[in-house]
Amino acid sequence: MSEPERAFINARLIDPAQELDTNGSLLVRDGKIAAIGTEIEIPDTAETLDCTGLAILPGLIDMQVFTGEPGEEHRETLATASHAAAAGGVTHMVVMPNTTPAIDDAALVDFISRRARGTATVRVHPMAAITKNCEGQTMTEFGLLREAGAVAFTDGDRAVMNALTMRRALSYASNFDALIVQHALDQDLQSAGVMHEGELATRLGLTGIPVAAETAIIDRDIRLVELTGARYHIHQISSGESVEAVRQAKARGLAVSCGVSAAHLMLNENDVENYRTFAKLNPPLRSEDDRLALVDGLADGTIDIVVSGHNPQDAEAKRQPFAQAAYGTVGVETLLSVLLSLHNAHGLDLATLIRAVTGNPARLLDIDGGTLRAGAYADFALVDLEAPWIVDADALQSKSKNAAIEGRKLQGKVEACFVNGHSVFDSKMETTK
Amino acid sequence: MTSSALNFTFPFRDLLGIEGLSASDITNLLDLADTYVDLNRQIDKKTDVLRGRTQINLFFESSTRTQSSFELAGKRLGADVMNMSVSSSALNKGETLLDTAVTLNAMNPDLLVIRHGDSGAVALLAQKVSCAVLNAGDGAHEHPTQALLDALTIRRRLGKLSGLKIAICGDITHSRVARSNLLLLNAMGAQVNLVGPRTLIPADAERLGANIFHSMREGLEDCDIVMMLRIQNERMQGALIPSVREYYHLYGLNREKLGFAKPNAMVMHPGPMNRGAEIDSELADDTEISLIRDQVEMGVAVRMAALEALAANLPNMMQSGGTC
Repeated sequence: MSEPERAFINARLIDPAQELDTNGSLLVRDGKIAAIGTEIEIPDTAETLDCTGLAILPGLIDMQVFTGEPGEEHRETLATASHAAAAGGVTHMVVMPNTTPAIDDAALVDFISRRARGTATVRVHPMAAITKNCEGQTMTEFGLLREAGAVAFTDGDRAVMNALTMRRALSYASNFDALIVQHALDQDLQSAGVMHEGELATRLGLTGIPVAAETAIIDRDIRLVELTGARYHIHQISSGESVEAVRQAKARGLAVSCGVSAAHLMLNENDVENYRTFAKLNPPLRSEDDRLALVDGLADGTIDIVVSGHNPQDAEAKRQPFAQAAYGTVGVETLLSVLLSLHNAHGLDLATLIRAVTGNPARLLDIDGGTLRAGAYADFALVDLEAPWIVDADALQSKSKNAAIEGRKLQGKVEACFVNGHSVFDSKMETTK
Repeated sequence: MTSSALNFTFPFRDLLGIEGLSASDITNLLDLADTYVDLNRQIDKKTDVLRGRTQINLFFESSTRTQSSFELAGKRLGADVMNMSVSSSALNKGETLLDTAVTLNAMNPDLLVIRHGDSGAVALLAQKVSCAVLNAGDGAHEHPTQALLDALTIRRRLGKLSGLKIAICGDITHSRVARSNLLLLNAMGAQVNLVGPRTLIPADAERLGANIFHSMREGLEDCDIVMMLRIQNERMQGALIPSVREYYHLYGLNREKLGFAKPNAMVMHPGPMNRGAEIDSELADDTEISLIRDQVEMGVAVRMAALEALAANLPNMMQSGGTC
């Protein structure tokens, strides 16, 4: 009862995991990639799609997506997030556990997986909480949570503040070789801070968040990683000093890795001018020097991962005085376009950028994906690498429209997306809808 | 006194801050305020410049002084003035800040005077209403009429602003008064020293165009004016400074510390004062040295000028002339 084979021909095939960047064809059979390359044999029975002018990329793995499910479905459900993801070529969403209730129990991991299978159009991988209710106190059952399908452990958008709790979590996680993922922001140093500490915050009369609020946690955790030998990852770093701290830790051979958000690669603190709450992010957008250091850190491999940090907020939560407004931006749909824009406009190496959203997160989280190898699941995106477009928040698929990069010109757009060989997004169908 | 056409154009719909005002905008407002100082000293203080206009004072943070000053200013110009104090509990009932704005806007006010505890909140509200908005203080951001009244006080006493050296002392971090004054005094060619302990000076303050000092001796040297800021009690219980006693010892203004400034230097304070915390009580009351009472008087005049300047830009201003 197999479906007809489908051949995507005349495409540019890009798969950093195979160091592949060539023109050729991709053959899909039974939801898997049957063959890929320049000279592959296309059976006569195969349905062929001419992809001239388009590239085929592995479906992206977005390692940090917040949804409102369970608890705040008005912001985003797994289903609506998955539609946004598919439109952005993201075939794997790693969802955060700081929901209501928090994902701190094996039954809840199972709940997310079942809801995702029933409603979402892309693959969903839950991270589970490090501590009960993400409160930073009592460790969760790492062993049971892993068996239930948790790909890593994090308290979402809260740092584990207690050093002893963190030491124990790292130590216990290393039993399973599990990955502990930190939101590196010291809550005490942050205090009432809402944006990058500096001249602009002073001028706007807003309380700043010093860079040290991030580096203090990173430096502490690196010591604890040395002590425990655990695998440790930072969701998002925001400053040049953090890049340097991670660079040194890696040079010492520690199992430390980090990510950065697409927004932080494109925007800086000046985007909050005029109290623009859409640019209120956690960690905050920092100086232009910091942004450049993040871009350099990504280029030289210090930064392993680019995430969207997709955090949908309803209009009311953002239409507030800056200090009161919610943190976060949507972004799963624009993640790839931001990266392609960095390639097109600033010459960043395309393979490095793609690796940061495919092979690298697959390796860190042990996810079966992020490559176009023969035998892999047929999860991929058809992409016009250079198509220019302007981000119109209202046109985004996400239930919430809080896009920090609203109005920005991007270059590179997803035309279609496939999971298991099935179409989950087609821009042509979207426009005729 | 009857209404007279404004002899300048104020090029903004709202007065949200000093930022963006030019030296001539500021001078025009101060010149107009000067005429109201004279009026306010007469027995008949009423004009009909704002006759028929509705002014709503919307205060999300309580303030007796500023609210009554705006109320008096509006009434002396002939406007109908309504005061609304919105306690934070009202907002907690579910009505959002913007709901409040939309509700008020439907009452067709001409002038909306807003104070709010959050930086940027007044600008946010201004986007949602169709009347002219005056910022009566937003968080730690701006308090433009305070800076204007301070400037008028100084100008009337010393004859100028340009070339003066002015020390602003105390809790700079949390002070909208300090920010607006710094912007205004810089625009008018005065030199500003910000003086306070490091815990009360915000990051990169020197890049806003001020000299930063952490001792009164250095910060007050050669100053014509010493402007003291109110220090709030909750910040003096070990969080940002260890105690009132230590703060007064180091930064409280008394005659001895005033001696670091120029001879005949004058003292200002936006009020309300914490006597014995940031300023010596007897010094504050010495009218030879203290301009604090003048500041209150200038406040009404400056607010009249600001209200009139904004009202002149309102549509249908000509209708009150009745020319058919």
